[in-house]
Amino acid sequence: MMIDELFALLRYRVRSMWRKPRIDLPLFGALLLLMAVGLTTLYSASDLDRGQVLSQALRFALGLALMFTIARVPPLTLRNWTPWLYAGSVALLVVVAVLGEGRGAHRWLDLGFVRFQPSELLKLTMPMMAAWYLNGRPLPPSWTTLGVVGVLIAIPAGLVAEQPDLGTALLIAASGAFGVFLSGLAWWRIGLLAGAFAGVVPIAWHFLHDYQRNRVLTLLDPEADPLGNGWHIIQSKIAVGSGGLWGKGWHHGTQSRLEFLPEHTTDFIFSVFAEEWGLVGVLLLLALYVFIIARCLWIAAEAKDTYARLLAGSISMALFVYVMVNGGMITGMLPVVGVPLPLVSYGGTSAVSLLAGFGVLMSIHAHRKTVAP
Amino acid sequence: MPAAFKPLKESRHEAAMFRRRALAGFAIIVLCLAALGVRFAFLQVEQHDEFSARSEANRVLTRPLAPARGLIYDRNGVLLAENVAAFRLEVTPEQVPDMKAMLERLGQIVPIGEDDLARFNSLRKGKRSYQGVPLRLKLSEEEIARFSINRWAFPGVEVVPYLTRAYPLGAEFAHTVGYVGRIDADDLAKLDKGDYAGTTHVGKTGIERYYEDRLHGEVGYEKVEVNADHRPLRVLPDRLAPKPGQNLYLTIDAHLQEAAEAAFEGRAGAAVAIDPRNGEVLAMVSVPSFDPNPFVNGIAHADYAALLEAPDKPLLNRLIRGHYAPGSTMKPFVGLAGLELGLRRPQDTVLSTGEFFIPGQSRGYRDDKRGGHGRVDLVQAIAQSVNTYFYSLAFDMGIDRFTAYMDKFGFGRPTGIDLTGEGSGVLPSRDWKRGRFGKPWYPGETVIAGIGQGYWVVTPLQLANALATLANRGVPNTPHLLLAAQDGLDARPEPVAPPPSGASVIKKPDDWFAVAQGMIEVVKSGTARGLNDGFPYVIAGKTGTAERYSRTDETWTSISSSPIERHQVLFECFTPADAPRIAVVVALEAGRSGAHDAAPIARKILDAWLPGDIERQGSDPRTKIAAQDAPP
Repeated sequence: MMIDELFALLRYRVRSMWRKPRIDLPLFGALLLLMAVGLTTLYSASDLDRGQVLSQALRFALGLALMFTIARVPPLTLRNWTPWLYAGSVALLVVVAVLGEGRGAHRWLDLGFVRFQPSELLKLTMPMMAAWYLNGRPLPPSWTTLGVVGVLIAIPAGLVAEQPDLGTALLIAASGAFGVFLSGLAWWRIGLLAGAFAGVVPIAWHFLHDYQRNRVLTLLDPEADPLGNGWHIIQSKIAVGSGGLWGKGWHHGTQSRLEFLPEHTTDFIFSVFAEEWGLVGVLLLLALYVFIIARCLWIAAEAKDTYARLLAGSISMALFVYVMVNGGMITGMLPVVGVPLPLVSYGGTSAVSLLAGFGVLMSIHAHRKTVAP
Repeated sequence: MPAAFKPLKESRHEAAMFRRRALAGFAIIVLCLAALGVRFAFLQVEQHDEFSARSEANRVLTRPLAPARGLIYDRNGVLLAENVAAFRLEVTPEQVPDMKAMLERLGQIVPIGEDDLARFNSLRKGKRSYQGVPLRLKLSEEEIARFSINRWAFPGVEVVPYLTRAYPLGAEFAHTVGYVGRIDADDLAKLDKGDYAGTTHVGKTGIERYYEDRLHGEVGYEKVEVNADHRPLRVLPDRLAPKPGQNLYLTIDAHLQEAAEAAFEGRAGAAVAIDPRNGEVLAMVSVPSFDPNPFVNGIAHADYAALLEAPDKPLLNRLIRGHYAPGSTMKPFVGLAGLELGLRRPQDTVLSTGEFFIPGQSRGYRDDKRGGHGRVDLVQAIAQSVNTYFYSLAFDMGIDRFTAYMDKFGFGRPTGIDLTGEGSGVLPSRDWKRGRFGKPWYPGETVIAGIGQGYWVVTPLQLANALATLANRGVPNTPHLLLAAQDGLDARPEPVAPPPSGASVIKKPDDWFAVAQGMIEVVKSGTARGLNDGFPYVIAGKTGTAERYSRTDETWTSISSSPIERHQVLFECFTPADAPRIAVVVALEAGRSGAHDAAPIARKILDAWLPGDIERQGSDPRTKIAAQDAPP
């Protein structure tokens, strides 16, 4: 009896999801296109390994299911859950810091049936928390407000940086900071903060791990150590540069196929794409990202309450950070930090957390007519 | 205003503020991504050529292709040196996790010797871990089969085909054709790195070494695509084929060579047959010899030691490095010198009493016949090998004129044959003695020089060269081994121009006739009488028998008392006497006399040469002989 009722409910829900999917079609279409590009590139980068492509497709499916589910949760509910979600994910970070495991870095949490990185959760809960807090404060934010948000950002970002995972820490910090920026923080305060940041950099340098420092030094002169730290950057630049205007063609990228390019299915998959599709392909892909970011910002601007606006805005701008850091890394403009190319790089947690973020955007889009109290 | 101190949130204002900020943020984003796009454009357009080149350099490995070494034939096309296909086991160290254990297991399937392991370990040092290193050479078919079924258990071990040098006639040509061996450190210093990039072997001795440039060919290249571990994945179509080395045709007649070697019946010595008309070496053997084949891929230490220590020195090339006292074989040359220098006329006679004295000295120089030969002229002096005639002649001539004349026949210096490592022998002179011993020349030494004794040392090739010059009526031809060269199997063998002939060293033809007459008489009635029996051409020859001395012993004591062994014996001859087409020198290290031991070997060589000569001459002179010999 109970089971029958549960099934009936489930059937109803699925049917209503099917009839009214509550999604933004242009954004959804762009995401599908991006995932298609991702899978195609992965098929080539993995040297036609169907298993890898299939497993990535399964993660996309999981992420999309999550996206559709989150899209049905009203932003108000999300807002109410926010402090708990934030506190929970930070708690997990602490757990990982104490007993986590990973290759050289404590990032993973093993739940027996699934292993995941709690830091991924923060990519979503961090902007939620920033938006939640700013939502209750007078805007533009004051120094006090700024200070509180700063602490809220510093706790998880610090824990993640300590793992050490500079790339993710950077993304978490950025997604929180975007909330402050979008809430209207005065430009002069931004200028002051930027100045202070510049002053702190030499001190931060002192606290960086040796390998992180090496990455920065390597960026400045990769040819100084072509077989060691410079190898990634040099081989990536060779891959990109040799692609030329039109590229070498799909699965004709020798740098990846012959394994000169390290990490060519994950962090350096953009190099493979650039090698095989050339500048034309790169510009089209960047245009696709610009379209997605623009559409997300548009959805954010349409939202009726501050929480939804700030959250949607932060998520969309965080997407830019992914693209910029990854693109800067593979072209030798930025140091090598482990930031994937969204929905193109192989890797489960990143794809799922990104799609969950888009789920939040879809929810905000679907509920844009509803005015929150 | 109750809650007035808590600022009211103004939705509309905040929304407007957000829009402005979102717009500003978007503008920044587009700017940044545009900058990223510019960066891509810089790398992919501006620096495209450079990165393209580096990508190609990553991917493409240029591998040298060794040219096939030229083959070596005798003058009739008998194969003397060839390249045969063989299979070897090659190990790529990078792919073998535990080399020691692997070698142990592999040894149970394919036998691997100590020498194989030693070579493997030394070759390994010079290579990178992703390059294959030969472990076992010349696998048998059974070994290949046994390995093939167990191949799965040996990652990184492969059966690789290769070409190896082989000498089908083995020991017979070891001292002429020579052999190739692995390129070693000394070779590397001399060879062009580019030309030999793919080559593993280089000529070490003999023709293989002397004509290395002709035999080697030109290196080719292929391009292979490699991955980041340098592992070749496929061969790219861009390929420059290697140019094979020239095939060489030698002046040697393998048939004659075989006969010459057989004639020695294993006794230590050397023989050379030269065509005096042009200097072509028809046969040259140094006995005993050795099988050159094991040297190609490195001879086992024990085998090499055995060859080195063998008492009859098989590794010594007696032809160009053997030292022999010429003895009486010098007499025709000394006699000729007397005529040419105007010291004697052919009909002038000397009284042989059994002993010759330098005026005013009491020491006597003996004839080999007690009581002497009586009064003899030049012809008789040569035919009977009368020492006194030549003692007196040499004494009259003096050592300076003697040395100057003998120099014209090439004594005391290398003949210039196309082999490396040729010795000079010794042509005694005042200068030589002062340089060697720091002592003045004594007249008595001139006297014994007249019969080819004393400091005289010749190599068999030197003597053959001088004999060929004499036979060719004084016109010298440098002895040589290269007859023709062929660029690839489809091309026609092109004759190689021999070194030019020199001017005749004999001024008066009558002088030559007198000496030749003496040498004819040697065979007819003299020391080697009977040698011409049954041979259609007239043979002119001269025997030589010298006391055999231990080379290392300063006191020059005879090392053997047995009469069969106590002499170093020589024989020289040419035929047909009036217009010689072959000149033969035979040197034996131990024997009773030149006539008894060396002459029969020379005759066997002539017998082996005859049928071919008759064919070339177009008529059989034997019929003439038969007609003459027929009873009236």
